Amino acid sequence: MQVDLGSLGFAEGGYLLVKRAVRGLAPGDSIRVSGQAADLDVHLRAWCRAEGHRFDWQATPNAVRGQAVIHTGAAETERWAGARHVSGGDGEEDSVAEHPPRSWGLAARGSIIEAGTPEFDFTLTDKLDVWSDDAAHIYQQAVAAQWDPETAVPWHASFELSDDLEDAIVQVMTYLIENETAALIVPSRFIAQLHPHFREVMQVLAVQAADEARHIEVFTRRARLKRGTLGRSTIGGQASLKTLVDEPQFAVASFLLSVLGEGTFLSLLWFIERYAPDPVTATVARLAAQDEARHVAFGLAHLSQHLAREPEFRPRLAAAVHRRHDALRHTAGLNDEVFDALLLMAAGSWEHDALRLGSRRIMQLIHDMDEGRRKRLVRLGFAEHEAADLSALHTRNFM
Amino acid sequence: MTELVLGAVAYDQKVVPIWDGFLQYFRARDLSFDYVLFSNYERQVEAQARGHIHVAWHSPLAWLQTERIATRLGRRAEAIVMRDTDRDLRSVILVRADGGIASIADLRRKIVAVGARDSPQATLIPLNHLARHALTPEQDFTVRMFDTLVGKHGDHIGGERDAVRALLRGEADAACILDANHLAFVREGTLPASATRILAQTGVYDHCNFTVLDGVEPDTVARFRELLLAMSYADADVRPLLDLEGLKAWVPGRVTGYAQLSEAIDRFGTIDAFVSGVEVLCR
Repeated sequence: MQVDLGSLGFAEGGYLLVKRAVRGLAPGDSIRVSGQAADLDVHLRAWCRAEGHRFDWQATPNAVRGQAVIHTGAAETERWAGARHVSGGDGEEDSVAEHPPRSWGLAARGSIIEAGTPEFDFTLTDKLDVWSDDAAHIYQQAVAAQWDPETAVPWHASFELSDDLEDAIVQVMTYLIENETAALIVPSRFIAQLHPHFREVMQVLAVQAADEARHIEVFTRRARLKRGTLGRSTIGGQASLKTLVDEPQFAVASFLLSVLGEGTFLSLLWFIERYAPDPVTATVARLAAQDEARHVAFGLAHLSQHLAREPEFRPRLAAAVHRRHDALRHTAGLNDEVFDALLLMAAGSWEHDALRLGSRRIMQLIHDMDEGRRKRLVRLGFAEHEAADLSALHTRNFM
Repeated sequence: MTELVLGAVAYDQKVVPIWDGFLQYFRARDLSFDYVLFSNYERQVEAQARGHIHVAWHSPLAWLQTERIATRLGRRAEAIVMRDTDRDLRSVILVRADGGIASIADLRRKIVAVGARDSPQATLIPLNHLARHALTPEQDFTVRMFDTLVGKHGDHIGGERDAVRALLRGEADAACILDANHLAFVREGTLPASATRILAQTGVYDHCNFTVLDGVEPDTVARFRELLLAMSYADADVRPLLDLEGLKAWVPGRVTGYAQLSEAIDRFGTIDAFVSGVEVLCR
């Protein structure tokens, strides 16, 4: 075989042509390389030495400076001898492995990976624990549904609320910010533990964290729209959220946060949207609710898949609800300030009839939240009575 | 078998992971092995001559130092193994394309930039090449030395990079570097295309080797050599070490590639005082 580089310098890209030619050869085979570029012999010799090829230079008296004979070495073949295809190995390039080795590290699914790559400290490495066939679809939906806080919310809409009502909204926003911060931290923590082989799950969690970042932004902006100071944060609320942040198991955390917590929050956000006294509050609640619905959908999707393959995992999820309930038994749960603020918002004024109506609406909200939780628990295969029991144990802090 | 203690020079931080990796490789194969790092080759040559280490990973200059000390003491030095990349190197003498220097003779009364004073590839061998062409350093031309890390025998690339930069800035009329570094500097952009040209190339020569002196248990040395030669680039555990050390395979040592350097140190008297000093210490 002959490669003529003409006037092309070896370092200018000529080496690519030589590499391409060598790649097709078996160790021990030889090729001839010729060219007129100055330094070709020097560069070829140095390159061959580094690459493990044997090199001879034959100077020629004519216009062509000379030509090299390269006898290919075995290094390239040896480097890739133990390489593996990064996939589940069922013949499909992009199939997902049940237990991807930690040494696959950051390698893209479908790539060829050199043997001997270092092991990463990923802890979520079993498909069973994290995977959902719906993840790719949910991710696409999430990306398509991204909204810009600057333009999606009518920040400049004109409205005037009574001081008490504005205070109530600020308190509700303060509470939402705190909860959404927990909802940002929990998936973020698991992203770092997740084997990137489960790419779509990683992407869903990443966009989920980004969603929460926007929620925190819009709730903060609404709270500060007419006030310099935010509302109150309580021991009970923080204690409840801390149990979520501290939960070490992905599936359990996902169950408590996405299915039960964010599921309950869905009812709350739609409630706020419905009874908000101003267009800004209504809009931020609606936008957040739309995102939260996806978070709930992903939680349900991967837990359904998990439970279909490992039904014995169900009692452990139930035990987690009991455990959390016990841990929070001695805390106040939802702080009075939030509950009162929601009631005043739902009432719209201090009038007796309005307060009575607001109170009924709150009762309806509690009922809706419970019903939603029970439905989702039944979807995960819990019996009706189990679902009712577990729903009743859910934190009084809603999330 | 007694524990085999190897000496190596710490010319870069990567030296530690390299020899730690080798240590694990040898110990996993029941060769009792340890290593000691030196800050310079002279200290390592002396330590070997005095029996403090059994085998040394020597630069070509350290090999010649050891060989000459051994000869004076009536002992025998052997180069047992080297890298495939230690064979058949060349140095090149570069000039600026527009520098008006067409031949080696044109370097008379000019400035030639070189690497560290003890660098075989960037100083001793190319200066000897010029001397062979009737140009004596510091007599027929000025030597501009870039003495990066003296004692490391040019293992550090910095001196050659500085020499090339001096050439490009017009502070020198020629610069001497290793062929592989010429390729590297062109690829990284230190040497812009067409800014320089190669005026001359030295003959081919060899570089580092594992050196042993007589008196070390032959079975242990044989096992060490055998295990080195058995290292395969196909072995994923070994390959990162070989990549770090810059080789694809270990090959048997040979001493036929040190003639140019030997001639250079004879001509310049580079190691005479050092060799005599160690000889006195060892007598």
